[in-house]
Amino acid sequence: MESLNVFASRLVTKREYFARGHRACQGCAEALAVRLVAKALGSNVVVASATGCMEIVSSPFPFTNWNVPWIHVAFENAAAVITGAQAGTKALIRKGKLPDRGTVFLGMGGDGATSDIGLQALSGAFERGHRFVYVCYDNEAYMNTGVQRSSATPFGASTTTSPSGSKTPGQVTWKKNMPEIAIAHAIPYVATACSSYPFDLMRKVEKAARVNGPAYVHILSVCPTGWGLASEKAIWIGRLAVETGVFPLYEFEKGRYKMTVETPQLRPVADYLKPQGRFRHLTPELIEEIQTRVKREYEKLQAKAAML
Amino acid sequence: MMGQRVGVENSIAAAEAIRMANVDVVAAYPITPQTHIVEHLAELVADGKLDAEFIPVESEHSAMSVCCGSSAAGARTFTCTSSQGLALMNEIVFIAASLRLPIVMILANRSLSGPLSIWNDHTDVMSVRDCGWIQVFADNGQELFDHVFFAYRVAEDPAVSLPVIINIDGFIVTHVIEAIEYWSEEQVKKYLPDFKPVNVLNPDKPITMGAFALPGIFTEAKKNQDEAILASRPHIMKAWGEMEKVVGRKYEPVETYKLEGADTAFLTMGSFSETASIAIDRLREQGKPVGQIKLRLWRPFPFDEIRAATKGIKNLIVIDRAISYGGPGGPVASEIRAALYQEKNMPAIANFLCGFAGRDVTADDFIAMYGKTEELVKGRAPIREEDYVFYGVRE
Repeated sequence: MESLNVFASRLVTKREYFARGHRACQGCAEALAVRLVAKALGSNVVVASATGCMEIVSSPFPFTNWNVPWIHVAFENAAAVITGAQAGTKALIRKGKLPDRGTVFLGMGGDGATSDIGLQALSGAFERGHRFVYVCYDNEAYMNTGVQRSSATPFGASTTTSPSGSKTPGQVTWKKNMPEIAIAHAIPYVATACSSYPFDLMRKVEKAARVNGPAYVHILSVCPTGWGLASEKAIWIGRLAVETGVFPLYEFEKGRYKMTVETPQLRPVADYLKPQGRFRHLTPELIEEIQTRVKREYEKLQAKAAML
Repeated sequence: MMGQRVGVENSIAAAEAIRMANVDVVAAYPITPQTHIVEHLAELVADGKLDAEFIPVESEHSAMSVCCGSSAAGARTFTCTSSQGLALMNEIVFIAASLRLPIVMILANRSLSGPLSIWNDHTDVMSVRDCGWIQVFADNGQELFDHVFFAYRVAEDPAVSLPVIINIDGFIVTHVIEAIEYWSEEQVKKYLPDFKPVNVLNPDKPITMGAFALPGIFTEAKKNQDEAILASRPHIMKAWGEMEKVVGRKYEPVETYKLEGADTAFLTMGSFSETASIAIDRLREQGKPVGQIKLRLWRPFPFDEIRAATKGIKNLIVIDRAISYGGPGGPVASEIRAALYQEKNMPAIANFLCGFAGRDVTADDFIAMYGKTEELVKGRAPIREEDYVFYGVRE
């Protein structure tokens, strides 16, 4: 383990751009994801954040955790704000008022800010073709306001607005496939990631930053508070999401899909669902329904990745 | 050197002023009657006459959001909207002022739905009365043209650093051809310095913009914002003073017409001020002691100037193109009453609501309102706040 520490620290910068001292819950894998994204992009970046957990934990005036230029305007407009900053900078460079330093423009938001309320602004920004990276930190519900369901909440999950009751088993809709929506915009780069796979995540963010056009990275960000999970289980459950095929890690580049973490033999989804409080009420039948769906979706993705 | 005088549609002239102001970013979404301004800007960019990023956003909400990002990056930024567009961007309009971003917006005033209407009144701008932007009214194309430069000069003044709305009546002014005296490039250069942002998103000097405030600091932030807009007053006055020196046209927060010896005055805001002036000429010919007070600066509100202008006025006829439902009638009258309430010999205030959704208000109408005011004053003094009158309504 010690030797791994020594090895890992050589691969990753020790500089913190999203600094310690933020107010995220214990075990927050989203804060970890933000930290890794910030490390991957370095200091030459401008960040626009949507309202949400990561905004609230990092910017209580007069404090900030951001060692890079950072702006928060509202909930649904991070993609519009960052593309405004990008366009403004582009114009100033062209007019000789600023040197061209290849600054990266990063928009970020949670799953609600991305796949619900901010989807229109994000779609507009993709369609206009700005050179920017958008990262969705998906913790599968509105955690900041108290665990309300979003369109990214998975089927069967109990939240405060999709509670498991005698009539309904929690969330009754299937998770919106946001990466596929991004791909449908014909943007040059889309990837999924998870903070349980830090090097895969950072590599994808670095790649996204090099793309000449919009890039989208969708990061599954385990939320111990909202998912009903002990805080030390966050990394473990993130790995299970990948190993069960619930959240496959892949990238889409130049029209091609590529699985970046191979899982030759998927583990049963029950391994992923059972430890989580939000799925505690699921019957064997419902787990089977989820298993069938996960398998089908995973095979569809594999088929796409197999196409050359 | 004087600028050139050309016959041109006011919207085109406004777009030319934006070009001469050398903006870096235009972000806008089409809505009638703002469209001609934005269309012409798109043409100027397409023809290489304006070196700017033209961002055809998918909504007004994103238009104002793009403007926030662009202005925060240090770029001179413009947008333009009307009515529903303003309502859709409402959330971000307020935040832009709190972020102290010197964005300039032309608001081609149009009714707020419903019922849906594309025509002019002031119900749109009154929905953002308290948004924290500096807000001026231009009564005609020349004033609109001049105020583009004024708006950038004031907004970007490091001592101000606040966004500015230029209100212009939709269709009535936007779609009319006027003889506009264009500014020369030298005049623009002399009047409008380059934009040097106070705070900017720059990796060399990272700052955090838009931090959230806990209750322990929120009130202080709001007081600070109020002080900022109040402190813009001398800079606004200076910008108008300089404009008089550069192009010879004099603008003031409150302007008056034939007020000497008047015991009655119309108080107007927007393009029908000019129509009211015609009515005053005719009333004066009939020997009626009537004058006019025109409100140009809506925010920060010119309390002192209003008090000075109304001194000696017995009857004040305040005309509103908007309504506060279930409230004290029109928003302008409401403000005027607040300004004059502590004054000795406060005038009787008759509040007429008219000109909604582009309905014509002619000189004859102003004369009729004068007659109606005489009746109101005789019949029921003092006139109470709830005694506002919908003028010209078919019963």
